[in-house]
Amino acid sequence: MVQKCNGGRLTLDAIRTTPFHSRTAPLVRGQGWRRWAGYVVPTSYDLIHELEYNAIRGTAALIDVTPLFKYRIRGPGAAPLLDRVVTRDVARCKVGRVLYTPWCDAEGKVLDDGTVTRLEEQDFRMTSAHPNLRWLHQNAIGFDVEIEDETEAIAALSLQGPAAREILMGIAEGESEADVEKLRFFRATAARLGGIAATVTRTGYTGDLGYEIWVANERAESLWDLLIDAGAAHGLLPTGLLAMDVARIEAGLLLIDVDYVSARHALIEQQKSSPFELGLGWTVAKEKAPFVGQRALEAERRRSPEWAFRGLVVDWDSLEALFGEVGLPPQLPSAAWRTSTPVYDAKGQVGYATSGCWSPLLKKYLALAHLIGTHAGPGTELELEMTVEHRRKRARATVVETPFFDPERKRA
Amino acid sequence: MQLSKTWDAIVIGGGHNGLVCAAYLARAGRDVLVLERRPLLGGAAVTEEVFSGFRFSVFSYVVSLLRPEIIRDLDLPGHGLHIIPLESTFNPLPDGDYLATWADADETRRELYRHSPRDADAMQEFGRLMQRMAMAVKPILGIEPPDPASWHPRDLLAMGRLGKHFRDLGARDLHALVKLMTMSSADYLGEWFESEALKAAKSASGIIGTFLGPRSPGTAYVLLHHYMGEIDGVFRAWGFARGGTGAVSEAIGSAARRFGAEIRTEAAVSRVLVEEGRAQGVVLESGEEIRARTVVSGLDPRRTFLELVERQELPDELLTAVERFRFRGSSGKVNLALSEPPNFTALPGNGPHLKGAMAIAPSVDYLERAYDDAKYGDFSRRPFLDIVMPSMIDPTMAPPGQHVMSIFVQYAPYHRKGGWDGRSREAFGDAVVDTLAEYAPNIRSAILHRQVITPADIEAVTGLSEGNIFQGELALSQLFFLRPAPAWADHRTPVRGYYQCGSGTHPGGGIMGASGRLASRAILADGPRR
Repeated sequence: MVQKCNGGRLTLDAIRTTPFHSRTAPLVRGQGWRRWAGYVVPTSYDLIHELEYNAIRGTAALIDVTPLFKYRIRGPGAAPLLDRVVTRDVARCKVGRVLYTPWCDAEGKVLDDGTVTRLEEQDFRMTSAHPNLRWLHQNAIGFDVEIEDETEAIAALSLQGPAAREILMGIAEGESEADVEKLRFFRATAARLGGIAATVTRTGYTGDLGYEIWVANERAESLWDLLIDAGAAHGLLPTGLLAMDVARIEAGLLLIDVDYVSARHALIEQQKSSPFELGLGWTVAKEKAPFVGQRALEAERRRSPEWAFRGLVVDWDSLEALFGEVGLPPQLPSAAWRTSTPVYDAKGQVGYATSGCWSPLLKKYLALAHLIGTHAGPGTELELEMTVEHRRKRARATVVETPFFDPERKRA
Repeated sequence: MQLSKTWDAIVIGGGHNGLVCAAYLARAGRDVLVLERRPLLGGAAVTEEVFSGFRFSVFSYVVSLLRPEIIRDLDLPGHGLHIIPLESTFNPLPDGDYLATWADADETRRELYRHSPRDADAMQEFGRLMQRMAMAVKPILGIEPPDPASWHPRDLLAMGRLGKHFRDLGARDLHALVKLMTMSSADYLGEWFESEALKAAKSASGIIGTFLGPRSPGTAYVLLHHYMGEIDGVFRAWGFARGGTGAVSEAIGSAARRFGAEIRTEAAVSRVLVEEGRAQGVVLESGEEIRARTVVSGLDPRRTFLELVERQELPDELLTAVERFRFRGSSGKVNLALSEPPNFTALPGNGPHLKGAMAIAPSVDYLERAYDDAKYGDFSRRPFLDIVMPSMIDPTMAPPGQHVMSIFVQYAPYHRKGGWDGRSREAFGDAVVDTLAEYAPNIRSAILHRQVITPADIEAVTGLSEGNIFQGELALSQLFFLRPAPAWADHRTPVRGYYQCGSGTHPGGGIMGASGRLASRAILADGPRR
């Protein structure tokens, strides 16, 4: 794709930088960048992401999440359209609320997951991991709506961690300060932050106290500067994706293309998952207007799903014993891994883990796994494959409910 | 109110080892009561708001040695423990340069290369050797030390296992280990490195908490002791507890309560009740008598054996050994509330070096001279300083934009000629600030409040005899089967039902908790009634 630039020249536009790039780039000491939806964002700012992780859990972290796809849906048909698309009940979503929700194809298999924010009665913002413009348009036939792709017009920063509220209140002007202070979990408010008009949502991808701040691209740099200044005294750290990846596993939050394959991209049937199979059964509203996949999902609800998505905690003594056999202390991964890894019971394979990490906070080796429903009960003892000095071994692991880490401050 | 209640166990002292012991006993179903003299838990691992808005890890200030199995067994993260790594070290030098180490191996290698290309390479090898040494010693931390003079099958078996363990190390590692056990840290490091700054920086961890200089034999072991710290399977890793070291004690206390232990503060024990050679409970300073089938002392060996029980209950050899047990506190602390961070001449500005450990230890001679002052009965005019600023990483420790600085200072001899009083305490504080100001001149004007703690203060507040931070020196003659006394290194005592769990017992030292855990295992192994 080619794009016209200011000077009228043509440039290749293979990969983009976000509107925060002028601020983030000079701070990325290790030149570590990761591609995300056609953008590049920092994997970590420092050479080691440890302090950034600790900022998420101990102080506050500032994460550029601009690459998310963002759609604005307005008009009398906005709520009915979204209600038709997503599994949660948008009709009953009040203004100022945010819904986390997946959406499915007609067979009830998950296409994507994201958030729907009701900004006004007839004005919504939807975020997603993959492009969904065509899907929205296909479903919009007959609805009186206007769908705008805001992906490249709106920049977003995620401010996560125990000090997030204090930092945000410090830059909120006038009534916004009280609005931010009383903003509850999964709620949204318009706010003026140091002269910048923004939408603030009490959301995030870390399972901690946190906010996401949505602004027009033109104000992105000012917002960054404002937050960095206000956050300095609170230990705010620009934070990259490596640290966020560990936090999201601790929070039991799944990641498309890693923990599941979009039904839109699946080449074979068994790559697809229903919300029930991803631990998202709670998002499938029971009594709501018809939506895509409803019939299949209601049938699945009745017959109990084949697969479950659960947490695994690897047993330390078992890990120590495996490494002890070769004379080593347990070698722990320093970053989250995302290689599909078999899970067994005594008789054979009963599932596979798709993400895992050592939790520096919980001091536990965690994994997120797809398990055959009959082997997914909390407390079930299973085994996770583990490579110890180039040899395949199995470490004992226990099935647990997620989130692994769920601090009170997240909702408080 | 159950006046006549008899507890399964009473733990004297709510320091981290006492709490660990209590938590394990409670976890095993024992009915446990912890008695702490102070209003807050933790002993030397406490966080206190010394000045309004400024919270300090008043005494012990970093965490590394806390045993990972304790963190897991007691689920301390579930009780609020969050350890944040200290990633760097920074030592400013008198010539205006500095020596630093960073979290990233390449960055550290480049930094060392600046000082000595040879040392930069040697460090890789040295690091590997020390890791292997730590791996070699680690199993010892988790066992009761066998008595080599005993013919008891249990001791013989354990000695045999230990002998095999060390033989299996192979000749090179075994030789290295023996050297570490016998040499001075300066000599040992001299075999490896040429850079004076590097030798000094490393040898500093060989003297911490001891009344020895870097050229005194035995300090190489203390160096190794500080390499045994393990976070997430990585040795030689140090960190802060979010909320200060008191948060470690709070987490352990909370775990103990969750398992059913009861904890009473402001309940000072005056003595252990002994009847017919068996511990029966304790008497508080208030006169209150509390009965228990087992009594565990978390206090140091001097208090455990010479103060809490009558001498006639104990054999002479033990009394003599404990009387000879060396405490000789050698360190103090200065805690500063700062309006701004220090601005080091060698590396100006508010950089990442302030988030790690900082030290004033420019040369081995400097450290040895600091020791000379102490050897002859005074505090060091130019002391070794080990500095951290927890507020850089955990801003809740200080008001926004302001900071707390913890300075561990050595040497400050407990037995100072002329003793310790208000004047000598302030003079000691001045020597510390003067020393630091030579490297960070803004420090004087940045100080809002200053707390100076001498070994006499440590003793008065925490009860640690002679202000020794390890409940007795970490010298080879006082370790393993000799800690605290031959034949009584297994956390038991000659008084039936009376046990010891403080860091004056094996393996001792630092916020490790291993003594408390081993003591609980000895108690549980003995069954309800020994």
